[in-house]
Amino acid sequence: MLISGFVAEHGFEIAELTFEHLWLTASAVLLASAIGIPTGIWLTRHARWAKPVLGVVNVIQTIPSLALFGFLLPLPWLGERAARIAIAALTAYALLPIVRNTYVGIRSVDPTVVEVAIALGMTDRQRLWKVELPLAAGVILAGLRTATVLAVGIATIAAAVGAGGLGELIFRGVASVDNRLVLAGAVPSALLAIAADTLLGWIEHRLQRPSADPGSNL
Amino acid sequence: MENEPQAISFEHVALRTLDGRAILEDIELQIPCGATTALLGRSGSGKTTLLRMVNRLSEPGSGRVIVGGKPTAEWDPIQLRRSIGYVIQETGLFPHFSAERNIGVVLEIEGRPRSEISRRVRELFSLVGLDYETFARRLPHQLSGGQRQRVGLARALAADPWVLLMDEPFGALDPLSRAEMQDMLRELLLRLQKTVLLVTHDLNEALYLASHVVLLEAGRIVAALPSAEFSRSNLPAVQAYVNAVRRGAAKC
Repeated sequence: MLISGFVAEHGFEIAELTFEHLWLTASAVLLASAIGIPTGIWLTRHARWAKPVLGVVNVIQTIPSLALFGFLLPLPWLGERAARIAIAALTAYALLPIVRNTYVGIRSVDPTVVEVAIALGMTDRQRLWKVELPLAAGVILAGLRTATVLAVGIATIAAAVGAGGLGELIFRGVASVDNRLVLAGAVPSALLAIAADTLLGWIEHRLQRPSADPGSNL
Repeated sequence: MENEPQAISFEHVALRTLDGRAILEDIELQIPCGATTALLGRSGSGKTTLLRMVNRLSEPGSGRVIVGGKPTAEWDPIQLRRSIGYVIQETGLFPHFSAERNIGVVLEIEGRPRSEISRRVRELFSLVGLDYETFARRLPHQLSGGQRQRVGLARALAADPWVLLMDEPFGALDPLSRAEMQDMLRELLLRLQKTVLLVTHDLNEALYLASHVVLLEAGRIVAALPSAEFSRSNLPAVQAYVNAVRRGAAKC
């Protein structure tokens, strides 16, 4: 009774905030992939940069999320809109698993197979697209999965800078000592994380079974 | 060997590790056209390194390797490698490609039209004695060791290269499949007249498949003879190797 009444009252707001949460997270993960995957690939070609670059993205992870949102606040273009701050911070957090898994995934492709690709006369680009990326796809996707779950969780804190999302309900619930509000933010956020994890896990599983379909050959 | 045209020559080729240990020392060697030459020796004798210099997977520290009348250093490595077939132990197939795509991969990366690739791939399946309908769609892990090796051989022959490099091609096979593959390869090589460089530690395989045998020891050539004369040679190094094999003691 209590619960259904609460949901009826706040249902629209919960849905709206869930959508906002999803939008923040998805933008950040997409942006982090667009930066992180090419960076990971680049590092496999310039191995001496691997340590410093991975070190930097690692350090970003150790900054407390609330502090990172705060740091971004005074920046010129970013600080103007709360959503920009949120996406920038979430992107920074999502980078580590994506860069690291891309780098490690490609580096752990069987060296014999890589050497054969070279010996047969593949160009660097052909080797990357036809051999290394397909064989590393599972590991890269696992990184994307970690990044997504991480971003869904951290996105709740984005409400602190006014970026919206489900954190809004949680902060309000904490402020007014109303556990129903806290749960109204926490439960959908947890469900989002589980859904994203399941979906990406399913894709990952599909990729593990290499396709023998010659239709997709060339 | 002097009167035949030379497909590959090694001129004063040497290579040292960074800490100065010699891998190859002053190698002078001519590989005749259209025949099979075996590089024989135990592990660490430098035979694989010598082979890898032909398609520039390794570079000589000094001296030069001439392939098709041109030093390898002057070749575009991509063009050089595409004109040379390369076969290694069974692990060399792309695990995510079907047998069919593995065989056609050199044509694929050269950007040949799809219809040409599929026609050529069918030819190659029958050339190495595999049924197209049965095996084309299979992934490497769904093939036996012998079948994988046939696929590897077909892949190396796909672009009709004039040189074929084989590095212990049958090393991972059981004795029966090994003998079967040797028979098939011997028959195939007689028919195709390719210049073949075969690395092996197996004396019998070298004598069975090659017309010339080069024996390497610790980075030096200790004998280079036609196979017919090899076993009868009085060279101490050759006798030592032959006797060691006969005693079954050649641990490679």
